[in-house]
Amino acid sequence: MKIDIQQLTIASAKHGLQNYEFSCVDLVEACFDRIRMHDKDAHAFLSLNEKQAIQDAKETDRRIKKGEPLRSLEGIPVAIKDVIMTQGMPTTAASKILEHFIPAHDATVVTRLKEAGAIIVGKVNCDEFAHGASTENSAYGPSHNPWDLSRSPGGSSGGSSAALAAGFCLAALGTDTGGSIRQPGGWCNLYGLRPTYGRISRYGLISMTSSTDTPGILAKTAEDTALLLSILAGHDPHDATSLPSEVPNYHSALATPLMGLKIGLPKEFFEDISDPKSAEVISQAIGVFEELGAEVKHVSLPHTKYGIAVYYVITPAEVSSNLGRFDGVRFGHRSTNANTLTEVYTKTRGENFGPEAKRRIMLGTYVLSSGYYDAYYKKAQKVRTVITKEVMHVLNDVDVLLTPIAPHPAIKLGEKSHDPLAMYLEDVYMETAALAGIPGLSVPAGFVDGLPVGLQLMGKQLGEATLLSAAHHYEKATNWTTKHAKL
Amino acid sequence: MADVISSKEVQKIAQLARLELTGKEVAQYAEQISAILGYVSQLSEVDTENVKLTSQVTGLSNVLREDVVEVCSNPEALIRMAPEHENNLIKVKAVFDS
Repeated sequence: MKIDIQQLTIASAKHGLQNYEFSCVDLVEACFDRIRMHDKDAHAFLSLNEKQAIQDAKETDRRIKKGEPLRSLEGIPVAIKDVIMTQGMPTTAASKILEHFIPAHDATVVTRLKEAGAIIVGKVNCDEFAHGASTENSAYGPSHNPWDLSRSPGGSSGGSSAALAAGFCLAALGTDTGGSIRQPGGWCNLYGLRPTYGRISRYGLISMTSSTDTPGILAKTAEDTALLLSILAGHDPHDATSLPSEVPNYHSALATPLMGLKIGLPKEFFEDISDPKSAEVISQAIGVFEELGAEVKHVSLPHTKYGIAVYYVITPAEVSSNLGRFDGVRFGHRSTNANTLTEVYTKTRGENFGPEAKRRIMLGTYVLSSGYYDAYYKKAQKVRTVITKEVMHVLNDVDVLLTPIAPHPAIKLGEKSHDPLAMYLEDVYMETAALAGIPGLSVPAGFVDGLPVGLQLMGKQLGEATLLSAAHHYEKATNWTTKHAKL
Repeated sequence: MADVISSKEVQKIAQLARLELTGKEVAQYAEQISAILGYVSQLSEVDTENVKLTSQVTGLSNVLREDVVEVCSNPEALIRMAPEHENNLIKVKAVFDS
């Protein structure tokens, strides 16, 4: 039978498989059929895992036929961002320096997906080493937004958002360092969850900014996001920063009544929305939350405006350190033009890192270098403390904060790629959650001229269940998630 | 606006970072990094007297595990990740000049 992947969610696909409406092989082949038809336009994938995926689908069909108990993500096709290690499958971080790199082990998030029965469709594009907000920094060319192919699907997890919005899979893993899941979610009518720092293990991510990196989820509905989070969250002995806290049942928490939920609107997040139509979408969404019984309160986070400046000191500093491991010795590519060991380092790195990776290495090396460390790095970490305390204080009075995702819908490819600083400023609403380590969720909230607009919910540390339940009630009161990109 | 950092400084940083840059890249990064540092300098507006710097956000401390050796399931695969290897060893250029 013909399966329309865009109409399916994880929840409905599980139902379809269990009730013999379609086989898992049908489901997985439908994904690859769409990829063959449309990925030349969207360019979401860097590599496909078709042979293994079909084999895994046969195993799922065998289990279903024999009446064996089905695992929680049995037969669900997912895409994995290419900064997440997958054993035996290419993992390039969208960089030339890892062009032929094949990891020897899986990231914990991948292990957990596989154990839950999910099927990996392939590895998806992103900005090189996740440095960017549009996928234009990928060494393999940008991805395109399925809602408008001339536009960016967001970034850095833009291959993840493009693949899901295009109907190439039913969920995707991304990573969020400073907005890299939430902004692509917002620009592609998807949920994008950045969990609390430490909620999901970072083991097996190719590190970018270790103090704010986290894996997370792109999914079509709040319910699907909750299903995935229940699998991915939890302590991992391989990640010393992973939190030992108990993992709640996010799925059953969705039904928690919204009545009386206190929503804070930080005024600084509403002052510079450059697109009035996006502002109108957000204000209508706030109205829906109020009709559902939420209590809306105006709050202030005056240090929000320093978030980008803090981020662009801390991030390059940690990047310059983390990318030190790519020296042509242990992983990936080695320059063929080097005569000495030092040249192996300098030429391998000079020839194979892209412009943004080099810019961050340079900036980071500078702010960490003797004489500048106090002025830049220590200062930024102190302002980070101020930003964190401020948001934690406000979250004592409200349950969640509601903000826009971005000042405008998806940008045109090429619109800002010539100006690195302008690109950095795209993430103005994203840095607070990243710096404070609190969860942030993009929620589909409507459209402006056919382009998706997302709202962001931020919550207390480990407050994912509250965010997902609030979003779930909003989703049921609106119909945004039933709309799909036409390719 | 004059560049905050000069081409000469860029070259020095590139050397510290073990990164070979072309002449064009050096000029470009001097300009772009200066612009970013100019933007970042607004941090000096924030009073951080008596503020502790953030070193972590989880609240976890002293994360320890038992000192038990775990057997690596596939050491050969780790070696194979290296661009050049021979006899299950990673191959590199001579470290000392001969």
